[in-house]
Amino acid sequence: MSGKKSSATGKRTRSRKRSAAGDRPKTRGKSRRIKVDALARVEGEGAMYVRIHGGKVKDVKLKIYEPPRFFEAFLRDRRFTEAPDITARICGICPIAYQMSACHAMEMACGVKIQGPLRDLRRLIYCAEWIESHVLHLYMLHLPDFLGYESAVHMAKDYPDEVNRALRMKKLGNEILEVVVGRATHPVNVRVGGFHRVPTRRELQPLLENLKTGIDDALETVHLTGSLEFPDYERDYEFVSVRHDDEYPFNEGRVKSNKDVDIDVTEFLDYFIEEQVAHSTSLHSRIDGERVYLVGPMARYNLNRDKLTPRSREAAKEAGLGPVCNNPFKSIIVRAVEILYSYEEAIRIIENYERPDRSAVDVVPALGPGVGHGCTEAPRGSLYHRYKIDDDGLILDARIVPPTSQNQAVIESDLYHFVERNLSLPDDKLQWRCEQAIRNYDPCISCSTHFLTLNIERS
Amino acid sequence: MAKAKKPKLAVWKFASCDGCQLALLSCEDELLAVAERIDIAYFLEASRATAKGPYDISLVEGSITTPEDAKRIQKIRRDSRYLVTIGACATAGGIQSLRNFKDVAEFISVVYAEPHYIETLDTSTPIEDHVYVDFELRGCPINKIQLLEVIGALLAGRKPNIPTHSVCAECKQNATPCVMVAHGTPCLGPVTQTGCGAICPAYNRGCYGCFGPMEKPNTSSLSDWWHRQLGVEKDDLVRAFRSFNAYAREFRRESEDHER
Ligand code: SF4
Ligand code: SF4
Repeated sequence: MSGKKSSATGKRTRSRKRSAAGDRPKTRGKSRRIKVDALARVEGEGAMYVRIHGGKVKDVKLKIYEPPRFFEAFLRDRRFTEAPDITARICGICPIAYQMSACHAMEMACGVKIQGPLRDLRRLIYCAEWIESHVLHLYMLHLPDFLGYESAVHMAKDYPDEVNRALRMKKLGNEILEVVVGRATHPVNVRVGGFHRVPTRRELQPLLENLKTGIDDALETVHLTGSLEFPDYERDYEFVSVRHDDEYPFNEGRVKSNKDVDIDVTEFLDYFIEEQVAHSTSLHSRIDGERVYLVGPMARYNLNRDKLTPRSREAAKEAGLGPVCNNPFKSIIVRAVEILYSYEEAIRIIENYERPDRSAVDVVPALGPGVGHGCTEAPRGSLYHRYKIDDDGLILDARIVPPTSQNQAVIESDLYHFVERNLSLPDDKLQWRCEQAIRNYDPCISCSTHFLTLNIERS
Repeated sequence: MAKAKKPKLAVWKFASCDGCQLALLSCEDELLAVAERIDIAYFLEASRATAKGPYDISLVEGSITTPEDAKRIQKIRRDSRYLVTIGACATAGGIQSLRNFKDVAEFISVVYAEPHYIETLDTSTPIEDHVYVDFELRGCPINKIQLLEVIGALLAGRKPNIPTHSVCAECKQNATPCVMVAHGTPCLGPVTQTGCGAICPAYNRGCYGCFGPMEKPNTSSLSDWWHRQLGVEKDDLVRAFRSFNAYAREFRRESEDHER
């Protein structure tokens, strides 16, 4: 067994990466330097630093200075049933993702599988979170970059229809969550085994009507993103996503890449290895500790396009997306397509919903320590949890690998390549484009710390 | 030119999940109207445009966990007319204050291979432990309607109308049957401040105290009831009081009382 494989036994395999931060030469005089100390329109706190010397990019760092909160440490000795509510607090933007990965991991540890309407309801709340989170990012955080505004509020004067549409769509996502799980941020109705209370058909009815009339908003959104101008920028990425035989992925499936990864969720830590770097409180993750990879909407689309609904696939095509998307700036189109898919999937689920007799199935810890893994598709990409629990149901050990820490290395390499190809741009334009390149990944810094400031220095 | 200057609002983040500041962006029906009336001068999650202080209202999310943050909050206080803390992280130290009951060095080594890169304080503390706070808005997360009330009240120069009684009163208002009486489900509602709409009991579960202690909560009598009537053991009483508001005084004392 190789040293790397020891991660399977529960120890985090981490290597210390040499960082240029400490020994960076002070360049002055000729140095060209662009500086943004706190990157805006990302969730959480971080900074970016680029150093250019003699027409070459010398150093790129995405700094994460979000203070660490130590979830994996204080999960120890808590009850296995508490993990969904506790880990939800890692991220206020995608709490459903945390709750789902935690539930699935605990259910695996106890040998239980959730089927039927309870499983469908989980997909429904995931649709709602994708709608809410993608709309927030697409319209309020990313679109202003493309249209040249500081924020959505600044954009509202010239684009009132778009901003109002965004608010309407976000509200619908929120409403679905309020009805099914009590509230949009840190929902109260999710539990290991299912729900505390399941909705009636009648309660879901108004949502169905709003989804059906709202689907034009989703279609308009795809058209809008298709009409934007994109920098000519493509790279050969390794995409990683969950893939399921029958459906576009939310909660279940194998973990696959467009290269040679094709693994069961239980093997996740054997392949994806996190390391700590000096300039960040977030851990970097690589395949085999070496290969940089990409998770999120682009990865999901590229690996699961065949599982989209015909209408979503058609809309993607009309908006200019090919079978494979290698331009991270076009991730905004992919998000729009996933929003449309989420509307359609939510409609399908509600139309077919029959209220189950029981709101949850019993989940009882097995005799002896149990280990469970969960990997679900958060709006920003694959979110992996692994827990070890004892037969009283107390958590012995927890591991959480969030999407943004997986994307951190690819964001840095994107910046490196992007700056190198665009050295002729003046500093302010280059800075704006770099921020946009970071926002392509919708980085959620709160998640990854378990993450932005921008500096470009030229000489 | 003669237009009256709009009051300036700033949103600041410390150790947190962003969920409370998200409440502002979730005011779908009110967001543009709010932006008409007030100048959102500093809100990094939403805009790259920032204006310098002083600010009329500063909303502060998150708890103090690093030496720099302990300094940063001082400057924010100096730059703000009103400072309002939003959410359990800012008002009570948040879930991350669980470190206050343990050895932080051990916590760092569980998460990081190279602990010496990580600069952090031994404790996660509420903002009020560091600077004067004009108003504390509870919840994990806060309720957006309460947030709009606080902003509106401060701008109008009146006291925010935020009730401090228990969740129970809201259950009665909503005609939600008591989950402790009806199903024997342990519930922190009797000692937890209202404001959420009493949603947990409405979904057949007990309140887990995300709005923190109400005014003068009788926590020991509730613990007693849980223990005698519902068979909840001491270590689970500790867990119950030790979650998102673990470091709020009344909950902290109660959990410490049950520690062996
Ligand atoms: S109080 Fe809760 S919802 Fe608010 S920032 Fe803290 S963890 Fe997030
Ligand atoms: S009932 Fe309690 S735990 Fe539930 S949302 Fe309200 S205050 Fe929070």
